[in-house]
Amino acid sequence: MEKRDFHVVAETGIHARPATLLVQAASKFNSDINLEYKGKSVNLKSIMGVMSLGVGQGADVTITADGTDATDAIAAIEETMKKEGLVE
Amino acid sequence: MTNKLKGIAASDGVAIAKAYLLVQPDLSFSKSAISDVAKETDRLQNAIDKSNAELQQIRDSAAQSLGEEEAQVFDAHMMILSDPEFTGAVKQKVTDEKVNAESALDEVSTTFIGMFEAMTDNPYMQERAADVRDVTKRIMAHLLGVELPNPALIHEEVVIVAHDLTPSDTAQLNKKYVKAFVTDIGGRTAHSAIMARTLEIPAIVGAGSVTTDIQADDEVIVDGNNGDIVVKPSAEEVTKYRNLAKEYADQKAEWQKLKNASTETANGVHFELAANIGTPKDLDGVLDNGAEAIGLYRTEFLYMDSPELPTEDDQFEAYKAVLEGMKGKPVVVRTMDIGGDKHLPYLPLPEEMNPFLGYRAIRISLDRQDIFRTQLRALLRASAFGNLRIMFPMIATLQEFRQAKGILEEEKAKLVAADTKVGEIQVGIMIEIPAAAVLADQFAKEVDFFSIGTNDLIQYTMAADRGNEHVSYLYQPYNPSILRLIKHIIDSAHKEGKWAGMCGEAAGDPIMVPILVGLGLDEFSMSATSILKVRSLMKRLSTEDMAKLTDAALNVSLSNDDNIKLVKDNVK
Repeated sequence: MEKRDFHVVAETGIHARPATLLVQAASKFNSDINLEYKGKSVNLKSIMGVMSLGVGQGADVTITADGTDATDAIAAIEETMKKEGLVE
Repeated sequence: MTNKLKGIAASDGVAIAKAYLLVQPDLSFSKSAISDVAKETDRLQNAIDKSNAELQQIRDSAAQSLGEEEAQVFDAHMMILSDPEFTGAVKQKVTDEKVNAESALDEVSTTFIGMFEAMTDNPYMQERAADVRDVTKRIMAHLLGVELPNPALIHEEVVIVAHDLTPSDTAQLNKKYVKAFVTDIGGRTAHSAIMARTLEIPAIVGAGSVTTDIQADDEVIVDGNNGDIVVKPSAEEVTKYRNLAKEYADQKAEWQKLKNASTETANGVHFELAANIGTPKDLDGVLDNGAEAIGLYRTEFLYMDSPELPTEDDQFEAYKAVLEGMKGKPVVVRTMDIGGDKHLPYLPLPEEMNPFLGYRAIRISLDRQDIFRTQLRALLRASAFGNLRIMFPMIATLQEFRQAKGILEEEKAKLVAADTKVGEIQVGIMIEIPAAAVLADQFAKEVDFFSIGTNDLIQYTMAADRGNEHVSYLYQPYNPSILRLIKHIIDSAHKEGKWAGMCGEAAGDPIMVPILVGLGLDEFSMSATSILKVRSLMKRLSTEDMAKLTDAALNVSLSNDDNIKLVKDNVK
């Protein structure tokens, strides 16, 4: 299982467009991918799950991926996060 | 059988086409137990697949006719449709509880909607409840075998018949095929009415029960000049209205000849005719109708059409596009007028008893200076690309104006210090609060211009909510009380060598224009589509005659109706 921590710097946190793009990125992979925040874990392939976490600016989140393409998945998600200015 | 209906004429023109009913079908169902789980989940999957195919089609059609940005809402819908936590949960429920798909869908969707709506500290999420509701409706319709209206897929000429039209309804319409709007409710300032005028198609609003009186595919005549609707017309009526439509088209062609003409009265006095716009996209209409300026750029659409606060760069690009598009002609930009009936999903505002008397426009800007300064910096940077004028809305006191102008000066100084080019900018105020109108002589010493916002000035002076039909009789633009206020504003500006304009509905109104010419208003800003009509009207007026008429309107007439009659009797 791959695991990576992120510190969210974007003013708006993870919602609207960035949330959509993250889910789109995650959905391309076979691995089970989860987003953890404040002890709650949701499926990163679920837009409703991601949005229901209400991740704001300054949040520390963890993303885990479990499956054959876990390494690629984490890399792709990190790239999307950076591109959208969610993390530095 | 032919049926005649009547409503409020909201946008000029005559159209004949088949009715398209934009109404919600009955989606009621009853909960039942099922025995064949596989069959039920297949039925559910089938409904989901059909919804997905439909959304894909709508998305493509919307992207083509309305643009990529408007189409994005359907991406969000498709994402919810394939969400494992949503449709996955519905399937699970059918399997585990052996209930029919309709009730499983309803229960899962209700849970999510409730969860999102409960996030009161996060208005963005509250808005997402609406997306879940839309997607649920679509799946439900397929489960029940009923058809949802899909305005984005219209591909023949139609008259849209609806209870009311919301911005999201009109965003989905393919403008090429929509020939007219008819609605049950609403007034001249309703969204559907303004939209129709922008599209230059006839519209009738507040017609009562058109959604029950008109059936899908009925032939309908819409006479937007008079508010007449004819359902299933006879051959004679069709001929009569085709002639009327032709007359109107001929008249428009006649007006079109004035496109490049200067706006002058019969005795050769020039007035400036300007257009009101909401987005840079409206520029085509402004130029096609020969506007001499933009008298009101409503910047709140930048905020309302965005999922979050628009950045300085996004705003800069929009302002620059408008300034460059106008090629040196004046552009009056009104700073953010949010609040009242205009809300932002991402900017929570307190619930108020009287939102129109509450926290809105400049009051928010002065309080939330982070938002205000971003907008001002974008404007200052854009000012290098044209003839920019900045206008502050809802100013009640001199102190508010001074504070707003002070903030503008601070941002300007910072930009200049950083070697950013900033143009010459006139700074004025919108006069829509009676307190500012009464003190116009003092304001005139400090501002560069006034622009009178009639809708609000009338509602605040008459103490009558313009959206409340029980008091709509008090919406009296020609009442001598209102006209005296307007005269005081114009005279005060002139005394200090400043100019006064008007950017409300009234500036393009055929009864009001002669009076305003008599009062010496300098600039008239209106829907772009009214400009040529008003230019044609002004050619027939003489300022001397209108000054006499106006004297009577202010000092002899005792009512709104007296003045309507006065103008009708004296202006042919």
